[in-house]
Amino acid sequence: MKDAFGAPQSLLVLGGTSEIALATARRLIALRTRRVWLAGRPSPALESAAAELRGRGADVRTVDFDALDSASHEVVLGKVFAEGDVDVVLMAFGVPGDQARDEEEPMAAVRVAQTNYTGAVSAGLVCAGALQAQGHGSLVVLSSVAGERARRADFIYGSSKAGLDAFAQGLGDALQGTGVQVLIVRPSFVRTRHTAGLPEQPFATGPEEVATAIVTGLRRRSETVWVPGALRVVMAALRHVPRPLFRRLPV
Amino acid sequence: MSVDTVSLTGWGRTSPTTAVRFRPRTYEEAAAVVRGRGPRGVVARGLGRSPGDAAQNAGGSVLDLTGLARIGAVDPAAGVVRCDAGVSLERLLRVLLPQGLLPPVVPGTGRLTVGGAIASDLPGPDHRRSGSFARHVSALELLTADGEVRTVLPGTALFDATAGGLGLTGVILGATLRLRRVGSALMSVSTERAGDLDELLARFTAGGDRMPYASAWIDLMARGRSTGRGILTRGEHAPPPVRPAHAGRTRLLPRAGAGRGRSSAPGPLSGLFGALPPLPGALLGPGPAALYNAARYRGAPRARAGEPRPLSAFFHGPDAFPEPHALYGRGGLVRYRFTVGYGQEETLHRVVRRIAARRSPAVRAVLHRFGTADPGLLSFAAPGWSLALDLPAALPGLGRFLDGVDEEVAAAGGRVCLAADSRMRPETAAAMYPGLAEFRELRARLDPAGAFRSDLSRRLGL
Repeated sequence: MKDAFGAPQSLLVLGGTSEIALATARRLIALRTRRVWLAGRPSPALESAAAELRGRGADVRTVDFDALDSASHEVVLGKVFAEGDVDVVLMAFGVPGDQARDEEEPMAAVRVAQTNYTGAVSAGLVCAGALQAQGHGSLVVLSSVAGERARRADFIYGSSKAGLDAFAQGLGDALQGTGVQVLIVRPSFVRTRHTAGLPEQPFATGPEEVATAIVTGLRRRSETVWVPGALRVVMAALRHVPRPLFRRLPV
Repeated sequence: MSVDTVSLTGWGRTSPTTAVRFRPRTYEEAAAVVRGRGPRGVVARGLGRSPGDAAQNAGGSVLDLTGLARIGAVDPAAGVVRCDAGVSLERLLRVLLPQGLLPPVVPGTGRLTVGGAIASDLPGPDHRRSGSFARHVSALELLTADGEVRTVLPGTALFDATAGGLGLTGVILGATLRLRRVGSALMSVSTERAGDLDELLARFTAGGDRMPYASAWIDLMARGRSTGRGILTRGEHAPPPVRPAHAGRTRLLPRAGAGRGRSSAPGPLSGLFGALPPLPGALLGPGPAALYNAARYRGAPRARAGEPRPLSAFFHGPDAFPEPHALYGRGGLVRYRFTVGYGQEETLHRVVRRIAARRSPAVRAVLHRFGTADPGLLSFAAPGWSLALDLPAALPGLGRFLDGVDEEVAAAGGRVCLAADSRMRPETAAAMYPGLAEFRELRARLDPAGAFRSDLSRRLGL
């Protein structure tokens, strides 16, 4: 159960090697979390992440989970929920893709869309059903500011996140009054190992900042958090910029 | 019996969870719910005044017992009454007072049920003399996991587990209470002001037990030399002659039925406050709270004795005000109630100093003095000082701060109240309540499948 400050006792991370997810898990372990499920494709990175969290005093287990294999989600995640209540589900999987290559190879672009959107839809619905049955819990969805308005520079990734964001908003409304919170996190460009070497963009942020925002959002039972917070205002303006002008903006 | 699916919180309005709520009108309907429970169990709920998650059951069933509210015949000779668990203390007081009787222990609000008072084993302001609520229960009817209603008598292991047992041993359906005889519906109240915590504690102990009821409000925002200043209020039942001529019968003895609708249909003012949406931030910043506290302190008489006051105003003064949730904002409030033994006053000092140094807007803060511990396995009261305070849950860093206070209280051999808790660590609870092991063992024996569960029991592993 979560306490009065939204700190969970158990956490399920989908995309167990995500730097944002691990930073969040570290913070939650420092508060109340005792059991952590790290779901992801089996890899040495997943095992070392689990070992690191174990070192912080949590009971960590890993689960084989592949976002692209939607058919398996019900079985894989069902097993996790059968073991006991999960207070917070953190959907942190996703691929940034490579815009230039993806435009050349449609199948690569489809892969981005399937991971970021289709996989999240099936995993999100399975988790939402399980959380609804237990009558409490939070589903944290890592969306992106790129989904707020498509840009020339990354519209394949952006469109997948736009779909995910719209899905999460609708899911949050559907779960209103069921005791389940859906928290949409919209970070800007996050400095991680995936984005190392890419040119840094305005309002860039780090995994630690995103983790802090997630913990605060859980405490406040928010529906949407932007990281950094100023993006809420900036995007509210950018959303209404006419397209001919938006195309010319250096963003 | 009405059934609906609702999102429930405690009075603090933190951590909402959803459950199926049943409102039985008879014992049989309640038993049917317990027998037909789902895998996530069932827990009883009264008027929802527990600040934490003790009366919530995420994904399971919640038995709202406010529909079970019959008061049986009062036996004035023996001074006992049998009533259902859903009877509110406010109503019980209204029924009993005209007959010169009083419920044995009167906690700080009347808007809670008899069942809730037993399950939380609430102490009153005269704990040194009377102990907690369950000490005055001569029998209770308990609906256990097998769907049977058993009569449980004091002195048995099941009674000790049920008193203060947070509804986890079964559903309390009714109880027989031993009442106290009072000469009038008036209290003779003395009020005094103390400039700091040392003086407050000294004044508390100075009068001995001459005045049975004593509680103090502490200004937790005062700093420096006046840290822990407060107002001590003591009272005793006034003998009939003290009653002043202008205090007419109608004012002091509430007319039957006059206030009956109040708890179900709140007054116009509270309706107005209830209609306001919770504010994103609390209305109550440190500035306004400090001003309010200072005004309250300076407004109190330096020392006044023998002031007559109606009994309900003495015990349930705050009930007359609208619900304070607007003050605490959307995040709701967290109540922190702890006790430390006599001789551990230094810990009390340190905690008060730490809270004052944080400048948290603490408006409600009540200090009590407890006597001998109650027999309940998880009963809160233990000999010593008890401080209860409400803080807005939205205060940044409050979770860690209270964890630190927990450690300090535990190190001094004190404990934090489970019935009010919404945030403790399971390890801390186990360390503070040595009776917990026995409680778990008894539950495992009587209810191996875990029929009775609450969010609190899941969170703390009770």
